[in-house]
Amino acid sequence: MKLTQEEQDMLDGKFGKAAKKSMEILTTLGEIFDAEYMVEVYGVQIAGVSYANLGEAGLEYLNEMAEDGKVRVLTTLNPAGMDRENWQTLGIDKEFAKNQNRAIDAFAKMGIITTCSCTPYLIGNAPHFGQHIAWAESSAVCYSNSVIGARTNREGGPSALASALTGKTPYYGYHLDNNRHGEVLVNVNASVKGTDEFGVLGKIIGDKLVDLGKKIPYITGIPLATIEELKSFCASVATYGGTALFHMEGITPEHNKYPKPTEIKFEINQADLDKTRSELIDDDIEIDFVSIGCPHASIHEIAEMANLLKGKKVKKEFWITTARPTKRIADEAGYSKIIENAGAKFAADTCCVVAPIKERFKGIMVDSAKACYYGRAKNKFKVKIGSIEECIEEATR
Amino acid sequence: MKFVGRKIYKGIAEAEAIVTKDGISFYGGIDPDTGKVVEVGHELEGQSISGKVLVFPTGKGSTVGSYTMYRMKKNNTAPVAIVNKEIDTIVAVGCIISEIPCVDKIDISNIKTGQNIIVNGSEGTVEVK
Repeated sequence: MKLTQEEQDMLDGKFGKAAKKSMEILTTLGEIFDAEYMVEVYGVQIAGVSYANLGEAGLEYLNEMAEDGKVRVLTTLNPAGMDRENWQTLGIDKEFAKNQNRAIDAFAKMGIITTCSCTPYLIGNAPHFGQHIAWAESSAVCYSNSVIGARTNREGGPSALASALTGKTPYYGYHLDNNRHGEVLVNVNASVKGTDEFGVLGKIIGDKLVDLGKKIPYITGIPLATIEELKSFCASVATYGGTALFHMEGITPEHNKYPKPTEIKFEINQADLDKTRSELIDDDIEIDFVSIGCPHASIHEIAEMANLLKGKKVKKEFWITTARPTKRIADEAGYSKIIENAGAKFAADTCCVVAPIKERFKGIMVDSAKACYYGRAKNKFKVKIGSIEECIEEATR
Repeated sequence: MKFVGRKIYKGIAEAEAIVTKDGISFYGGIDPDTGKVVEVGHELEGQSISGKVLVFPTGKGSTVGSYTMYRMKKNNTAPVAIVNKEIDTIVAVGCIISEIPCVDKIDISNIKTGQNIIVNGSEGTVEVK
């Protein structure tokens, strides 16, 4: 790889140990993937934040990096394993909380903004069209590439941290025009509405892409989509298909930039949506947990929930997972009070995918296809998908 | 017999090879405290990879696997070197942060479990003694 003098100096250790190790990671990846040089990144989003995933080993690595490492660009974190203010109410044990805070302290020492969210684009870590970034959370990677038109590969925890500590990423993969054109044409012949349905659509497309061995769909037939619907779709298609980029005609900014794929195509009809929805509802489910906010709930979704919960009481454990800054807006707007008066709980900074809640509940109802996947695989819950309205109906019944 | 591949991480190590045709997921697939493969149905299930040259086609699974490799290195349960047919990012990053010599682009069908081999990550070579 061709390195600038500054990059070479980092690799030689002139910027300290952490920058050296980081540049080793980035140049090695660059050489593996035939990058010719590095590009500067505008911002970074780091995964591998929950202590449940990091363990002592990951923490030790972070502490080693934090000895002399300092971020050079705007950097935020993925969800942690707990709400940093409200963990006791949510039943997280003391030992876990202590360890989780040790990890967050290490990130803070490096100058990282310790806002823990899978929706960095909703809380100010927001690139513009065409900018290079290094993000790790799979749903956010898909959102930034597709909906914003920024450019990132699917980074892992250590490689994203390496970009934060150097301000660079190797120029390969989704950073290049050549690798961003649609590969499979997907025609949607049904009306798709709501976060749950967009999640179902994401699963259909994701599963199909895995079968085809392809990554980038070009989707037609969706006339309009909200940010909330798109973030749900991104989470789902990334979970089921490993997709980091899609184009949606009339919706995403690069849909006109590359030719529509013609060779490989498939159709999605109402029957496909119905069938896949039924796959996200387990038989004999006994729901004792309802959660909204995968990916993290937007202020729009929280307002909607406040409206639906007003004057009601939830009869099941109900978590709204969101970013801390979004929760603060909800506090100011009075939504939090309405929601908490109804007995629902905020779980800020965290989510049901990374919190240590394995086997704590029998059945979870969610509006997210991604949450269904991890509810089953990681937490061993039975799952049911439904709209936000249906979730609240279930919780208050 | 000496094979030339691609250098992934520097350093030289000599040890007994343990070879598998299956992919390896360090997160969830290996117990970092014992160094044993715990993935159900894996060709190496129940066997230890500690202190050996681990030879497998490519990595798979969660990106947390890089941290698992680091943990194994600290626990003294890590393999002393890794040889892959085609490296993936998880194992590459794991080798770099854990400082485990690694070479890829090697036809691993030439290596058999139990053979003594030397991995030279700085040169990108693998020698079967």
